Amino acid sequence: MRRAVNSVLLITLITGLSFSYISIAEQQPVRKWKPIKDDGIHDPASSAIGVLQNPAEALSVLPPDTAGNQVNWVKALRDGHIKPRTHLNKQGKLERLDTDIIMEDTLEMPNVLFPHRAHTEWMDCASCHDHIFKSKAGATPVSMFDILQGKYCGRCHGAVSFPLTECDRCHSVGKKRKASK
Amino acid sequence: MNKQKNRLIDHIKYSVMIAALLVITFAPTGQVKAEFGDVVINNYSDKAGMPPVVFPHWFHRIRFRCKVCHGDLGFEFKAGGNDINMVKIIDGQYCGACHNGEIAWSIENCNICHSAPVGTPTQVHESTLQKLIKPDQNKTEDKK
Ligand code: HEC
Ligand code: HEC
Ligand code: HEC
Ligand code: HEC
Ligand code: HEC
Ligand code: HEC
Repeated sequence: MRRAVNSVLLITLITGLSFSYISIAEQQPVRKWKPIKDDGIHDPASSAIGVLQNPAEALSVLPPDTAGNQVNWVKALRDGHIKPRTHLNKQGKLERLDTDIIMEDTLEMPNVLFPHRAHTEWMDCASCHDHIFKSKAGATPVSMFDILQGKYCGRCHGAVSFPLTECDRCHSVGKKRKASK
Repeated sequence: MNKQKNRLIDHIKYSVMIAALLVITFAPTGQVKAEFGDVVINNYSDKAGMPPVVFPHWFHRIRFRCKVCHGDLGFEFKAGGNDINMVKIIDGQYCGACHNGEIAWSIENCNICHSAPVGTPTQVHESTLQKLIKPDQNKTEDKK
């Protein structure tokens, strides 16, 4: 039984990886953004077409990435390519926190590293604490299933921040092999 | 024994999950719509005979931190979850905090916000969630 399950996993992975190989080979070199007029959510007959900026114009000059908006937003901000305001009317400061949280309840996957820094450069503590995450490492019952349903990290990742298919950006730190509990 | 069974179940769950994720990641790009993070807001527009609203995150996050809207202006992290209407906007709330002729152009430019085809449901475009669990719900979805 166990072997059967393992082989299902293996076959899935192999099929998936070969697909990904094909599409990586196809998409890697050029970044492309749909123009507003045929992006499928703007009415091609709307008078906004021609007024709204096409994503390619603004995004192609920002540091590249392979997923989401195809922009590395963390880098774009840190390197000063963009200077989004911290306040409605002025540029001020946000409280920044540099601590990383390591989350180890990840089964076979590498551990998750949550960087406070990248997040507090974009938002304040109240964006997450305490309505999404408790202010105590290990206190929030985060699981991948909930994340995939838009909770916890999935509140932002997958909707606005880099998508959930980028497993290794969150599951980014090796774990010392432990005896299974 | 029970522990082993649990791990077995985990295995099954993750085979399915990974399969689903790989399928959505690498599905033919012909179906790709909108820009990642674009939100359509349509709680009232259709019923009021206006085209639904498209809010582009990529455009706004170049200009403002998330905190400005989701902290200072009180936008909840939920497409369609803020019960926005024109009275509130004219009163300077939500979009109206900026689209007032001072920080950004003002509300007489109806069609620049109301730019989606009639009938487009409230949603976040290109979201992993949308692709994963609601592929068929795109037409009838009513987020509440
Ligand atoms: C924090 C301020 C702020 C808020 C809140 C805000 N906007 Fe904007 N928006 C801007 C600015 C600034 C611009 C750019 C104005 C300019 O170019 O003159 C803009 C531009 C736009 C554009 C045009 C984009 C383009 O391609 O030119 C649309 C559409 C838009 N906003 C929709 C909305 C909607 C819908 C809401 C509410 C759900 C909203 N905005 C809330 C600041 C804001
Ligand atoms: C994007 C979401 C997010 C933001 C923004 C955020 N945090 Fe956190 N914070 C987390 C997560 C996730 C954890 C881990 C919670 C857990 O493991 O249950 C955490 C944990 C903590 C902890 C507990 C650390 C420990 O070792 O026990 C403190 C303290 C904390 N955050 C303070 C802050 C402060 C102060 C800010 C603002 C400067 C902030 N956080 C902003 C997500 C966030
Ligand atoms: C946005 C960050 C993020 C992304 C992207 C992500 N994960 Fe996770 N994952 C987590 C967090 C956080 C946990 C919970 C860790 C904990 O509680 O210690 C987790 C837990 C898990 C677990 C453990 C079981 C469970 O239900 O919690 C597995 C397996 C897992 N992830 C697989 C994946 C796979 C496969 C992908 C890519 C398809 C992925 N994850 C993408 C953040 C992420
Ligand atoms: C409130 C929204 C929000 C939540 C919740 C959130 N993130 Fe993020 N995260 C962001 C934003 C915004 C960025 C900037 C990059 C982007 O938008 O793609 C980011 C970036 C990251 C990065 C990239 C950092 C870098 O240096 O490149 C990692 C890793 C990450 N998040 C992990 C997590 C994990 C793990 C969780 C859950 C424990 C989580 N995030 C929850 C909004 C969020
Ligand atoms: C800055 C963006 C923006 C502009 C400009 C704008 N609206 Fe709206 N409008 C919205 C949003 C967001 C909603 C809420 C959409 C929903 O939930 O369906 C809305 C809702 C509406 C509704 C339905 C709810 C209600 O209040 O009755 C009507 C009707 C409407 N707008 C008419 C207009 C007209 C007419 C104009 C031009 C004079 C206009 N709007 C300009 C963003 C905008
Ligand atoms: C100019 C204002 C503005 C800025 C800046 C902004 N947002 Fe939003 N956000 C919105 C609006 C408007 C909505 C839709 C709310 C509605 O439909 O009622 C939204 C919705 C969301 C949602 C809910 C999506 C869902 O799944 O339902 C998330 C998550 C989110 N934003 C994250 C972010 C993050 C992360 C950032 C910073 C990188 C950010 N937002 C910056 C205005 C903004």
